Amino acid sequence: MSDTTITPGIAIVPIPVRELLPWVIFGVLALLAIYFVGADEGATSIVPGMYVHEWVHDARHLLGFPCH
Amino acid sequence: MARTLLIRGMLVGLLAGLLVFTFAKTFGEPQVDRAITFETAMDEAKVKAEMAKGMPAPPDEPELVSRPVQASYGLATGVFVYSAAFGGLFALVFAFIYGRVGHLRPRAVSALLAAGGFVAVYLVPILKYPANPPSIGQPDTIVFRTEIFTIMIVISVAAMVGAAVLRQRLVPSRGAWSATLIAAACYAVVIIAAWLLLPPLDETPEGFPAAVLWKFRIASLGMQFIMWTTLGLVFGELADRILTSGYGLPRANRPRTVLH
Repeated sequence: MSDTTITPGIAIVPIPVRELLPWVIFGVLALLAIYFVGADEGATSIVPGMYVHEWVHDARHLLGFPCH
Repeated sequence: MARTLLIRGMLVGLLAGLLVFTFAKTFGEPQVDRAITFETAMDEAKVKAEMAKGMPAPPDEPELVSRPVQASYGLATGVFVYSAAFGGLFALVFAFIYGRVGHLRPRAVSALLAAGGFVAVYLVPILKYPANPPSIGQPDTIVFRTEIFTIMIVISVAAMVGAAVLRQRLVPSRGAWSATLIAAACYAVVIIAAWLLLPPLDETPEGFPAAVLWKFRIASLGMQFIMWTTLGLVFGELADRILTSGYGLPRANRPRTVLH
């Protein structure tokens, strides 16, 4: 809670944005990875065929993505 | 610092993946198998009825990946990639919000981020569009279903971010308690509007066993709960050590700990 100081002994210093920016690319890669698990060869397709879809089939269902 | 946090996030994601996989294998896979048994019986009955009308039998579809592989290596691949990716995203978002959401120590920020992520990314979207086992869902509506599911997630995450920003702005004038309640109420209003406005979806076939559907959805919920809890607590502990004592960082990069 912003108006209560529950950690008096520790300096809470934000990480500067310019230090974070170069790592945003990994966020994009992570989203791409989630896309491959969740949606490729379903609604849209980057990799041709159905192999990715069939390989991650059970995970796709259980992680809550629409499938088939 | 950002690099260290990102790597830790992905490693914690892999640990979460291991727990999620074990849970999914135990509680999720039996339901997937039962759903596929139902699907196969439906398909066979359909083919039989068509053949009785004089239609030719459809050609057998080649099985690209066998069921045992789907239920083991396939499931593991999907779960580990998903968890590691979320671990990385979690670490990046954490690195941005830490120190910008009030005077909270790292493990508290991590726990709150995990709670918010679980609600915004999974819980709220699936209350509208629940996870479905095989045999539920028409193949020709997959594009539509993926679109509305994605829209629901985007709305939910955007509303959660908006609520968090709103809360920050209100804290100075209203105090933390009221600011939190107002922000939560705004999130709820946006979500209820989205639930009402987005199209309904009901493609459960006649006769699908209700118990299997319930257990499948609970297994799916359990997997997500385990993943987000692991990220929140384990990453939080590691981040706490890194940010307050420089644990795991080269000596020169360690933050000056202020211990009064």
